[in-house]
Amino acid sequence: MHTAAAVSSGSGKPSGIPAPLRGIFPLLVALPVLLLLEWLLSNSPFATYLLSIMGVNIILAVSLNIVNGMTGQFSIGHAGFMAVGAYLSGVTALALKDVAISFLPVAASDQVLLVVTLLVGGIAAALCGFLVGLPSLRLRGDYLAIVTLGFGEIIRVAVQNTEAFGKALGLSGIPQTSSVAMVGFWVFLVVLVARRIAASSHGRSLWAIREDEVAAEAMGVNTTGYKVRAFVISSFFAGVAGGLFAHFVPIINPGSFTFVKSMEIVVMVVLGGLGSTTGAIVAAVFLTLLPEGLRSAFTAFGAEGSLAQKVDQIRMPVYGMLLVVLMLARPQGLFGTREIWEILPRWIPRRRKGM
Amino acid sequence: MSQLLQHLINGIAAGTIYALVALGYTMVYGVLKLINFAHGDVMMVGVYMGYSTAFMLGRQAQGTLWGVLLIFLVAMGGCALMGFLIERFAYRPLREKPRLTALITAIGISFTLSYGFQLDIGFLPGAAPRAFPQIIKPAMWFTVGDPEFPDVVLWNWQVISLLLAVGLMAGLQYLVFRTRFGRAMRAVSFDHRVAALMGIPTDRVISLTFMIGSALAAGAGLLYAIKDTSVSPLMGLYVGLKAFVAAVIGGIGNVPGAMVGGLLLGLVEEFVVGYAASTWRDAVAFGFLILVLLVRPGGLFGRVAAEKV
Repeated sequence: MHTAAAVSSGSGKPSGIPAPLRGIFPLLVALPVLLLLEWLLSNSPFATYLLSIMGVNIILAVSLNIVNGMTGQFSIGHAGFMAVGAYLSGVTALALKDVAISFLPVAASDQVLLVVTLLVGGIAAALCGFLVGLPSLRLRGDYLAIVTLGFGEIIRVAVQNTEAFGKALGLSGIPQTSSVAMVGFWVFLVVLVARRIAASSHGRSLWAIREDEVAAEAMGVNTTGYKVRAFVISSFFAGVAGGLFAHFVPIINPGSFTFVKSMEIVVMVVLGGLGSTTGAIVAAVFLTLLPEGLRSAFTAFGAEGSLAQKVDQIRMPVYGMLLVVLMLARPQGLFGTREIWEILPRWIPRRRKGM
Repeated sequence: MSQLLQHLINGIAAGTIYALVALGYTMVYGVLKLINFAHGDVMMVGVYMGYSTAFMLGRQAQGTLWGVLLIFLVAMGGCALMGFLIERFAYRPLREKPRLTALITAIGISFTLSYGFQLDIGFLPGAAPRAFPQIIKPAMWFTVGDPEFPDVVLWNWQVISLLLAVGLMAGLQYLVFRTRFGRAMRAVSFDHRVAALMGIPTDRVISLTFMIGSALAAGAGLLYAIKDTSVSPLMGLYVGLKAFVAAVIGGIGNVPGAMVGGLLLGLVEEFVVGYAASTWRDAVAFGFLILVLLVRPGGLFGRVAAEKV
């Protein structure tokens, strides 16, 4: 996993992005597609739900990848940040329920308020990320992993015991103002940020920390600063993802943000390849669709519903075995540290930029 | 006053079990530098083995000395075998890889075991918690106040757990520092490549360490089940996590440290449950861990090794 080749393909030539994927072009394609989807799916709640949860998982996986993949700090408490975002965004939304911005149409006003609540959730999560990042001044490796896990659990217990967050029952009645377009917008933003970081000098420092922290420090990289910054950015997006989640599920409760949810996100990042944004996206989409696909496959083959109901039970042991088999067979994950344009066929023109 | 005494007794009893599970973590970490995340789940499997054995023996064997011994032997032997298999097929192939890969594998095995046991297919027990048979007949050994409704109770299983834990810790300490095998373990822990060059069969030493650790987990799990009287497939995840916290608090890789960490954690949790809010128990355990790590990054008894490039 930590070979020299992996480093050079990951950080050495970040400018290998083919010309069509640079600049504003992807945005110009994505925006109409998202609006079209929004319009097409407006009377298909299940498809909307599936797309939204897929988007939320992509945001979570890509953001965790900034810490786990690029910086090499094994964090296994991501669901905690998601919980912070979900709850604070939910509480804000409940408080702003009756507010409408008068000079805007209702739909637009809803979306503006949604962005506000998402930002509240994201910033609160970022603050928590800062708090978790601080102990990483002194801890590394396994110790950091267990501390992040501990923070995730502490957040869950704290939420479970707070009156304002509905204790174990959770929050309900959050306005369902989330939309596919809004989720898509944040997916776009997190991918953009992740790629921008990876290609920047900050990204180079992160890669250096990932490959060898002691050597990076000896070369003058402010390891602590970069690690904390990676944590803050990553938890901000996890908080936003939580906020989005809160705005399309009917009820959020502490049971949605356990250690198990954290591990699901870790599986996505590891399956895709630690350090590959493309990998995180592909793995998030695959692992979100897998249970649904299995369920409909079982139903189609007439397993009288019982096996189809067991899919959610079977999912976790399958995730576990997937991790083991993956580590034994392909420890670098599906994509390693490479991105999609690095494995595209040769005929797609690439622009090379001098270093 | 009597309340304080009771909390002390309960805290120490809970702590000894954490300490016993933590001993297994510490041993494996000491030799391999691997957090064996699956340790708690191995413990859970051991408890289920003991559960089945107890049922096969039937009611008349429960409470007798040979019955209890047989249950412990089956569970510990079965877990030792399982520990061997896990090490052989999941960890050994990854020994030369970065440590993160082995950690992820361990998490994978943990999930496979704990959630696999929740399925109700075939012989698997299903998700519902079950009542563990009373293989040790509970008896009050020491009471304060009214004998019918005493203020302070010391149960026989609490004493048995404590004695067993202290005995096992002493045995481990002897094994590690006074025997040839222990010397081999320490050599492998120091540098397994050099140890192999010196003629130490590293693979065998690591396998045996795993087997001892897993057998200890099974024993601790049975004591936990006797105390808690209910078993469920997810018990391993949380007891294991707590035990790991105990091991880290004491300084992971340090046998007496695991013992002290376990007792401390048990006491802290018991006092939080007794004098504050019981719902905050898990948060307090992790908060305590973070606090200890902030003050002493290597745990109470651990040393922070300077990292070299």
